Amino acid sequence: MAVERPLSPHLQIYRWQITMTMSILHRVTGVGLTLGLFILTWWLAAAATSPEAYQQFRVIVSHPLGIVVMIAFSYAMFYHTCTGLRHLLLDTGKYFTIPEIYKSGYTALAGSFVLTAVFWLAVIFRG
Amino acid sequence: MRASLVKWNKGGLKNPMARARGLGSAHEGLHHWIMQRVTAVLALPLLIWLGFSIVSLIDADQAAFAAWLSLPWNAVLMILTVITFFYHAILGCQVVIEDYIHNEGFKLFKMLCMKIVLSTAAVVCIFSILKVAL
Repeated sequence: MAVERPLSPHLQIYRWQITMTMSILHRVTGVGLTLGLFILTWWLAAAATSPEAYQQFRVIVSHPLGIVVMIAFSYAMFYHTCTGLRHLLLDTGKYFTIPEIYKSGYTALAGSFVLTAVFWLAVIFRG
Repeated sequence: MRASLVKWNKGGLKNPMARARGLGSAHEGLHHWIMQRVTAVLALPLLIWLGFSIVSLIDADQAAFAAWLSLPWNAVLMILTVITFFYHAILGCQVVIEDYIHNEGFKLFKMLCMKIVLSTAAVVCIFSILKVAL
């Protein structure tokens, strides 16, 4: 940097709030999900390569460690979706009062847990 | 971004006006912002479809998955999912890089790497879908 101007936001002077944590986590999960796209790529490329390559993919993702990673990615996906919907709601310019912003925040957080649970229950009890 | 790469150097020979010119908005931000929302909204029904599909494909081997992906409806939706997700990811990563990397040269480098790698992965996905489906 050629000039040392102060940069916003001054993270260090803010008191911790759930709202800023959710905003940061929206970004973190977004970047994480971008990495998850390479698992999607792997899945599709394995299917196009050979039955053995596809089987190898299945073995790795169904390994206990693989399942932990898959649960993490699915939670990140549902979290990013719920907070993303919240961001779309806020883009309308409404619901910016403090109680409303907390309400939508906690609703999105609860939604992310519910959706992840529903998804994995569906995986377990399929058919 | 590109202009500033040249303009923020410390050489004292430039007229201050020459440094200032071209540093304003590139007038492309609104399109980025709108496409981020458009891809987000499109991703929602595609994610619901993908979620149901993954649940139904949990036990599938390669042959079963290929049979599923060979259905035109599934192949088309999968390609749309890939395009939407990757497009949305590229837009999102662009904002993250713009916000947190302040060295203009390194920013340009990271931005190019990110876009090239993600675009390549998207093409690999689409090619794989077509190879299985056709």
